[in-house]
Amino acid sequence: MLVSRDTPRDDVVVRGARVLDPVQALDEVLDVRVDAGVIAQLGADLDTNEHRVVDGRGMVLAPAFVDPHVHLRTPGREDEETIASGSRAAAAGGYCAILAMPNTDPAVDSAAVLGALVDAARAEAEVPVGFLAAITKGQAGEELTEMAELADAGAIGFTDDGRPVASAGLMRRALQYGAVTGRRLALHCEEQSLSRDGQMHEGAVSAELGFAGYPSVAESLMVERDLALAHYERRPLHLLHLSARESVDALRAARDRGVEATAEVTPHHLCLTDEAVRSLDSNLKMNPPVRAEEDRRALLDALRDGTIGAVATDHAPHARHEKEVPFEAAPFGVTGLETAFGALYTHLVEPGLLTLETLLARMSDGPARAYGLEPPRISVGAPANLVLLDTAATWRVHEHGFRSRSANSWLLRQRLRGKVALTIAAGRVAFAA
Amino acid sequence: MADIRVMREDLPPAQPPRRHLISIRDLTREDVERLLATARTFEHSLEREVKKLPTLRGRTVVNVFYESSTRTSSSFELAAKRLSADTMSIKAAGSAVDKGESLKDTVLTLGAYDPDVIVIRHPQIGAPQLVARYCSARVVNAGDGKHQHPTQALLDLYTIQQEVGRLEGVHVAVVGDVLHSRVARSLVQALDLVGARTTLVGPPPLLPRGIEQLGCETSSDIGAIRDADVVYVLRMQRERMQAGANYVPSLREYTARWGVTPERLRPGQKVMHPGPMNRGVEIDPAVADAADSLIQSQVRAGLVTRMAVLYDLLTHGPIPVPAEAALEVA
Repeated sequence: MLVSRDTPRDDVVVRGARVLDPVQALDEVLDVRVDAGVIAQLGADLDTNEHRVVDGRGMVLAPAFVDPHVHLRTPGREDEETIASGSRAAAAGGYCAILAMPNTDPAVDSAAVLGALVDAARAEAEVPVGFLAAITKGQAGEELTEMAELADAGAIGFTDDGRPVASAGLMRRALQYGAVTGRRLALHCEEQSLSRDGQMHEGAVSAELGFAGYPSVAESLMVERDLALAHYERRPLHLLHLSARESVDALRAARDRGVEATAEVTPHHLCLTDEAVRSLDSNLKMNPPVRAEEDRRALLDALRDGTIGAVATDHAPHARHEKEVPFEAAPFGVTGLETAFGALYTHLVEPGLLTLETLLARMSDGPARAYGLEPPRISVGAPANLVLLDTAATWRVHEHGFRSRSANSWLLRQRLRGKVALTIAAGRVAFAA
Repeated sequence: MADIRVMREDLPPAQPPRRHLISIRDLTREDVERLLATARTFEHSLEREVKKLPTLRGRTVVNVFYESSTRTSSSFELAAKRLSADTMSIKAAGSAVDKGESLKDTVLTLGAYDPDVIVIRHPQIGAPQLVARYCSARVVNAGDGKHQHPTQALLDLYTIQQEVGRLEGVHVAVVGDVLHSRVARSLVQALDLVGARTTLVGPPPLLPRGIEQLGCETSSDIGAIRDADVVYVLRMQRERMQAGANYVPSLREYTARWGVTPERLRPGQKVMHPGPMNRGVEIDPAVADAADSLIQSQVRAGLVTRMAVLYDLLTHGPIPVPAEAALEVA
């Protein structure tokens, strides 16, 4: 269940953009007319009536993005993000839907907490927001939550994101019982006895800097365990924020065996390696960590061939004072909603490493499908979920320019190409540059 | 609604060139040779009856120690005094740090006094960079977590050069807990910089994966120390070796297998240790007190090397470090 503010749907005409919906093999310069929030007509020189007219010439109009992995910090850390600020950031990033993780304080582990969030989203969400609920109570890894009731209350899926379900036995029970909910489990794969105090990827850079390492095998071992359980129980699952080549190999092998597994990857894991941590900038501290070049290439290959179907920002806002400390003392996580498209367009599409079509599909269709949501489409009769992208515009990421309440971006001071000009989410203009 | 747009103030602020000593990586071979030559000059000055030099009169050096230290803090303080600088020492215990003050706020406070140099020791990697970001003083890293201890590496080079007569081609075996050692990390880089050869020797769990890429060899066989000109013994930190840590089964087994004893050394091999020593654990007392032990020379070298570092930072010599290194995007 996706929830947002209930306000009137808009009437809009986007003129002369390159309309690109890769999943439907649509790629044509067209006008697109939206009547009361529904795509009404595609064609040349459409009548505008009293509609708001947006000049899209020279730009790309695509299905708006879906972010399957966002931390809205509500309840508990509203100083870092709220549903209102996080959803405004999402709108500015071109998203028509975002999924919020349940590792809040308190965790989203009861229908009461979830119900309050759904009510808040109805009052303040700029774009539709969905909520995942915890797999275990308090995300403590000991007792299952009341998953059926949570699903009825609107949970999109279940996850203990931020930590793994350490016990294989409990993980199996979650897969078994989760079947009654019709919702998917999303797993943060980390064998904590291996990652322990790890601050960054274990390799030559951690050896030199002296940081405790978080080895690739800490992730891939858990990926293999969870895929084996999913295979045994014949249940689907979704793998969160993959970072290691070995995890990709395990996923590919499991899919070949018929396991119904989807996966996501973040912009930072696609653009950065552990070399970047030499700067000791706490905005390069994330879990899982950015890894070696061979890992980055494996993730990119998997994104290209669809083994990994979704780009997820893992938008993780943190208070400024908590990041302005030595690396080891800083919390894990970086923001990403407002920079994802620009970062990936600049670092992957422009240099020819990824086609624009594939990027658009992995930012919209892939994440929607992973959770069984209706994928945004540009076709007559579909709800208007559209993003207008100015791929010629360059801009510099600045800490004072975010709609998010936090500015812990790994892209601060970088110049990016590719900017969101307009976002229409669920038929409403949610953002216009 | 405000937008993310290109603004003039988005550009990184143009900073005046500042000089810090945070990592051996920031130094060139020429920097190292100049610092060692300066230290030798000061060594001669200390032979005079009046040992104080007026060189840094009117300058202020603040020592901020968030970890306990005897030789490093005392030698920095004495080095500054021998050069006639005003000194101030702050320890975490008994300061506002005890009240939960952040490093940033402590630095802003100290920075308000306009010190010329801040010498910092901190248990966390990257603390010196943070100091450099929030105040205009020159920053000397006196040890940050397991990362770097550059003045220790410089004094070790100085000691080797004085006692062995050269640095180029010298073979140094570093024995012990490399994983947790900032001394080892700095020393390996420094030895590589001056053309010496390093072999790291210790139990496999204490040799970090990938360390060879710093330009050294590794071995878990204590016999590997016999080829070396200098055997550099690292401290076994007892707190790291508690039951359950499982880096080594026990200190007893460590000593039996990797302890540096007279039997394991060749005649004439020099032995070094950064202190404080665990006699009878990583180093046999007979080795520590033998004629070929350079441990006391290291302490003396610490004073003149730190004098050279302070002098170099405040008078000449480029040791540039960007306060915030640019992100390397793959």
